[in-house]
Amino acid sequence: MTQENSGDLVMTHVYKIEAGNFTIAGEAASNIKKLLRQLGIDANIIRRASIAAYEAEMNMVIHSVGGHLEIEITGGEIVLKAYDNGPGIEDVELAMEEGYSTATDSTRELGFGAGMGLPNIKRCSDQFHIQSEMGQGTYLEAKFVL
Amino acid sequence: MQTYYHSVTLNKNKCMGCTNCIKKCPTEAIRVRDGKANIIAERCIDCGECIRICPYHAKIAVTDPLSSINKYKYKIALPAPTLYGQFKNLTSIDKVLIGLKTLGFDHVFEVARGADFVTEFTKRQLKESLSPKPMISSACPAIVRLVQVRFPELINNLTDVESPMEIAAQIAKKEFSEKHDVDKSQIGVFFITPCAAKMTSIRNPIGTEKSNVEGAISILDIYGPLSMAMSKISSSDPIPSLQKSSLKGVAWANSGGEGNALGLDNYLAVDGIDNVIRVLEEIENDKLSDLDYFEGLACVGGCVGGPLVFENNFVAQNRLKKLISKMDAGKPLSPEDVDRAVDTYNWRWDREIIPKPVMKLDDNILSAIKKMEELERIYSQLPGLDCGSCGAPSCRTLAEDIVRGQATEFDCIIKLRKKVKMLAQEMIELSDYIPTGNERNSTLEKEREKDEDKRFSTEDTP
Repeated sequence: MTQENSGDLVMTHVYKIEAGNFTIAGEAASNIKKLLRQLGIDANIIRRASIAAYEAEMNMVIHSVGGHLEIEITGGEIVLKAYDNGPGIEDVELAMEEGYSTATDSTRELGFGAGMGLPNIKRCSDQFHIQSEMGQGTYLEAKFVL
Repeated sequence: MQTYYHSVTLNKNKCMGCTNCIKKCPTEAIRVRDGKANIIAERCIDCGECIRICPYHAKIAVTDPLSSINKYKYKIALPAPTLYGQFKNLTSIDKVLIGLKTLGFDHVFEVARGADFVTEFTKRQLKESLSPKPMISSACPAIVRLVQVRFPELINNLTDVESPMEIAAQIAKKEFSEKHDVDKSQIGVFFITPCAAKMTSIRNPIGTEKSNVEGAISILDIYGPLSMAMSKISSSDPIPSLQKSSLKGVAWANSGGEGNALGLDNYLAVDGIDNVIRVLEEIENDKLSDLDYFEGLACVGGCVGGPLVFENNFVAQNRLKKLISKMDAGKPLSPEDVDRAVDTYNWRWDREIIPKPVMKLDDNILSAIKKMEELERIYSQLPGLDCGSCGAPSCRTLAEDIVRGQATEFDCIIKLRKKVKMLAQEMIELSDYIPTGNERNSTLEKEREKDEDKRFSTEDTP
């Protein structure tokens, strides 16, 4: 979907993320990476944006009941948005700490749940925003300046 | 405008225009156009996958003939360790080296010996380099180019140490010219290669201005003459000891040999280009930053699986393992040897690896976004069969080619069929309206007559 927005071209792609489906986990991030490459975005920015997309996708697969990953590209920036339908993060500040994780043992056995997801997304992005409400869901936004 | 040299080329006469190679190419560098395969030069990484898959042997690797060594007054052979795995019941590497000398080489310098040096150089880099982890081996030239084309984000992870072949060539040339007091320009150094990508690195080097190697002779080409020469070496003759490589250097021919030689615990060795791609994707997603070293080799089994070898890769791998198990450890390089080599030779790349953004749709991001939307629109209307009949490896690639102006949607035979059917239907319908002149038996006319008859008859009835 393309729209002319205050003179700036905006391109949006939305990917549906299924909770607990490890077969297709990572596919959205992989598609986002291909997309950015075809747009000719700088390699360093692609790297950071795709790591963030991967972490955000895995977060939703592991922790949420499902949601969407959205990428918005304009001539000046890339905005990665992740929104899910719950359960929400109880203590966002704690979740942002490196090594803190609420992942179950079975997820950890798969090699996930090291508690680095959110801190990694923040580290990779130029601007980071997260808000969450218990029972409602989580909204995460990471911006990358082109 | 940069021109590209590639060892991998097409023999047009043999090409049947089938879809085998386009499907197998890891960089989507082949299209079938006008019934023949076409290699997109800037995308090709010379991995040789298409050579292996082509049932008509239409894909070939251009290498130098053995006779080309005669252009030089002094000839040096650089055998890849893979060569040793080609011969049944080989008890001594010296036999291969002597065989090469009887074929006309004045001197033989093992690439396995070069590998011993590269191992030491890389150890230093691992200690000193600040490049991101894991460090990615640059020993396999096809993988280096794969990173350049498909994983430009990982260029900084590549080690900048020269290949064993380049190191061997430098040492061999220097030692020979000093020992025999001859000018380096009179020496021709030839690599005995299992691999097309190596040939490309000689003609069109990456990371350095000019290769130290003059040419490459494929193992397939030299296998016949060399086995003949070797069979003439009588077992009663005393065999002079020429071998200088260590067993760890020889083991570089097999996947995992490099990592093992480096003495690392925390390394990962993966062979087969599809497998390597999957791991590089993991590295790209930052999932393997706890790993020190990644050794990725394009061919299954490592260099023993190269497209230009004679022997089955698994058989050759096993033979090498047996050969190595019988070898003495050999004299390891002393720290002084290594220090001297570091000061004497160009052991690091001196040119930056520039990303090749071949996937990019346009230089301008706004135009690229527009093209991307167009691509998505076209793609959504393609059948999604990925049949390859259009000449592109997948529907997605066809959509890309259309956006780039290199194909049309009617290259898709499914779309073409639909369109032809629609047009045919339309033609049939239209044909009814064609005026027929004096012919009185046309359907339209008959109907008209019938109508008229009816009218008359109704008028007649009271």
